[in-house]
Amino acid sequence: MNPLLRVNGLSKRYGERIGCADVGFDLYPGEVLAVVGESGSGKSTLLQLLSTRLPADAGSIHYQITGRGLVDMAHLSEAERRWLLRTDWGFVEQNPRDGLRMNVSAGANVGERLMATGARHYGQIRATASDWLARVELDPARLDELPAGFSGGMQQRLQIARNLVTRPRLVFMDEPTAGLDVSVQARLLDLMRELVTDLGLAAVIVTHDLAVARLLAHRLLVMRQGRVVETGLTDQVLDDPQHPYTQLLVSSVLQV
Amino acid sequence: MNTIAGYNFAYLDEQTKRMIRRALLKAVAIPGYQVPFGSREMPLPYGWGTGGIQITASILGRDDVLKVIDQGSDDTTNAVNIRRFFARTAGIATTEKTEDATIIQTRHRIPEKPLSEQQIMVYQVPLPEPLARLEPREAVTRKLHALADYGLMHVKLYEDIARYGHIASTYDYPVLVNGRYLMAPSPIPKFDNPKLHMNPALQLFGAGREKRVYAIPPYTKVESLDFEDHPFSVQRWEDPCALCGAEDSFLDEVVLDDAGGRMFVCSDSDYCTTRQAAGHTGSQSPVAKEAA
Ligand SMILES: [Zn+2]
Repeated sequence: MNPLLRVNGLSKRYGERIGCADVGFDLYPGEVLAVVGESGSGKSTLLQLLSTRLPADAGSIHYQITGRGLVDMAHLSEAERRWLLRTDWGFVEQNPRDGLRMNVSAGANVGERLMATGARHYGQIRATASDWLARVELDPARLDELPAGFSGGMQQRLQIARNLVTRPRLVFMDEPTAGLDVSVQARLLDLMRELVTDLGLAAVIVTHDLAVARLLAHRLLVMRQGRVVETGLTDQVLDDPQHPYTQLLVSSVLQV
Repeated sequence: MNTIAGYNFAYLDEQTKRMIRRALLKAVAIPGYQVPFGSREMPLPYGWGTGGIQITASILGRDDVLKVIDQGSDDTTNAVNIRRFFARTAGIATTEKTEDATIIQTRHRIPEKPLSEQQIMVYQVPLPEPLARLEPREAVTRKLHALADYGLMHVKLYEDIARYGHIASTYDYPVLVNGRYLMAPSPIPKFDNPKLHMNPALQLFGAGREKRVYAIPPYTKVESLDFEDHPFSVQRWEDPCALCGAEDSFLDEVVLDDAGGRMFVCSDSDYCTTRQAAGHTGSQSPVAKEAA
């Protein structure tokens, strides 16, 4: 099987400080990769680079575009890149307010990607949005309500629906459960696991929470000071960490 | 020359006019695209159509005949002032007759009488950016135009239908020009949008405060945005014009008395008076009332 995403030697400096150094990995269709580490480990920088929101200083990102094979993201035109970002990719922000349009209804939030990619039938857009609300366990009767009236957990589910409506193959998630109550977190994680499995989604999830990684990810990438210190199957890494830093993380000494 | 001494023809100096004409040429070459220009201070406050006035000043020739309308009428203060301004600074002829004008500067309306290839429409534009209310960052809207990325506009229309059951915009209703650029047609009623489409006249738009000009060349495709199941439609009235009986014109409500009496009459005053002069009557015409 060909990888969906191939990352080589990805590096970013902020002046003297290393944001991210020489990161490389392959991600296969349907595979969930968790990037774990403390704050300042470079995991958020890596996510910004992977999602092409931030230009890298060095290295490359190749993506398997349907019908075109592995394409160097740096060779895509701005229009092609944006099209990919809103059809085949998704990005779930840590704070749902950053990923939603707070001044338009839940239905418009979910429908935006459809309209941006040419959907012009109001009734169909609405029906699809309604289906997606149900799918992320939101009451479709609230389709016309503004997200501001939703709880944090509901907003996060709405943000997920807004991203998944175009059936992307790759989703980036930045601490998607942070800031939520523990019980809300658990329900959201269950839902995310179901969606990822049902849709065959590949995902890169940045998290400081090893429980999130254990529940969702097939593989782990442990980062420290901008570098990958250990990588492997999730259970292997968490049950038998090799690198002293991973051992510290797992022993929860460093857990926040 | 009966113009005011000390001013150049049509008030603006020739260098400024050339600069504006260059911007207009670019605007004509890229239909619907907003071209920045170095807007000049005009002896009228912003909001009085300084963008339109600068365009008119730049394209005006000595043989031009100018018509100025505001809310469809030639005799509102704004229309009278602008007409007088050009009569004094350029000494050109003015008219209230749509068919006699070579340049028609307008706020709020497109004349009901069909325009010809010999005519130029000049629109006064307060807000040239159709996406401004949805996306206030200009760097972002510029990029959205560059990539023809107009999903956001449909989000707004979707939201209108979800909230009100229909698309709420009745003025300045967004259009797509030549299948490419999203454009604000200025605060004309959506009733006039179909007149933008394939019009034989050159249509120029000027925003003074925002320093933008844009254009629709003659015979250019102009589509009003909509949804397949909520197609664009124009305002309709139950009754024809109370003065001339027109059934195809945009009507304004006029209050007749303190007792709540009212009537609907053509907003295009030239159209209405021309029809009345030709013998057309409506329910409130003196003739009709005498007969009743
Ligand atoms: Zn009339």
